[in-house]
Amino acid sequence: MLKAKIFVQLKPSVLDPQGKAVTNSLHHLGFSGVRETRISKYIEICFETTDRDAVTRDTEKICNTLLANPNTETYHYELEEV
Amino acid sequence: MRVSVVTFPGSNCDHDAYEVFHARGHETSLIWHKDQDLHQPDLVILPGGFSFGDYLRCGALARFSPIVKAVVDFAQNGGLVMGICNGFQILTETGLLPGTLLMNQGLRFVCKHQYLRVETADTPYTQGILPGTVLDIPIAHKEGNFFISPDGLKALQDNDQIVFRYCDAEGDVCEFANPNGALDNIAGIVNKNRNVLGMMPHPERAATDSVVTDDGKQIFAALESYFGCCA
Repeated sequence: MLKAKIFVQLKPSVLDPQGKAVTNSLHHLGFSGVRETRISKYIEICFETTDRDAVTRDTEKICNTLLANPNTETYHYELEEV
Repeated sequence: MRVSVVTFPGSNCDHDAYEVFHARGHETSLIWHKDQDLHQPDLVILPGGFSFGDYLRCGALARFSPIVKAVVDFAQNGGLVMGICNGFQILTETGLLPGTLLMNQGLRFVCKHQYLRVETADTPYTQGILPGTVLDIPIAHKEGNFFISPDGLKALQDNDQIVFRYCDAEGDVCEFANPNGALDNIAGIVNKNRNVLGMMPHPERAATDSVVTDDGKQIFAALESYFGCCA
């Protein structure tokens, strides 16, 4: 089996109010050196096959059609044998 | 006027929309998202709610419901489609409208009365309403923060596609009156062909005599005048 470990992130140009709120909380906790926090999504998908080319193709398609919104998000992933 | 209101699992304003059109004398049907036939409507409503629990992103999963293909075909052939709140989010996810609805800048679900300024009368949804008119229409959302690229925003402005902007009671479009951080105080837009409208506020919650404001009636009356019928 192959596992795709997918990260979906807001583009740098898009404000992340959740990240901003977490930064504020971290400052309250005393982590004054924290400059910025960005919240992302992490998604794992397990595939039956071990064919890396096929899984790469499917993962790209899955990210482009559903997991990431191209207006506001980017994605990257890595494949892992499980 | 024949109106089809689509119900997705998690829609919760479908009956409000149905009631408004039904009470105004229009032939109104509720269409389940697994159907593939819109029943030859003049107007399709994608209602508010939390389709598919807002999982992944608001509206992202509703896009794959069987009925959405019929909605997209209908819209691309010039049919009128009005997405309210979650319906607006679904329309951006399908690509029928540009932009994205991000989480509110204040991170909170905002449920309150809101003033909107009508920006253009050049849509079937606002014809006959004087631009600058202020409507009091409630909002209820956590992801209503409209975002689009600078080029996209310029296109919306240049093509007169911004239909409603958040404003104060005097019609002043200012940061103070922006409830969610939406770019350019945008509350509602149309597509380039002007037949598809998406708006975060809920006119169907402001269109009967038993609620605080009935300003939403102006939008429904505009649609009736577009189709040459009256309530």
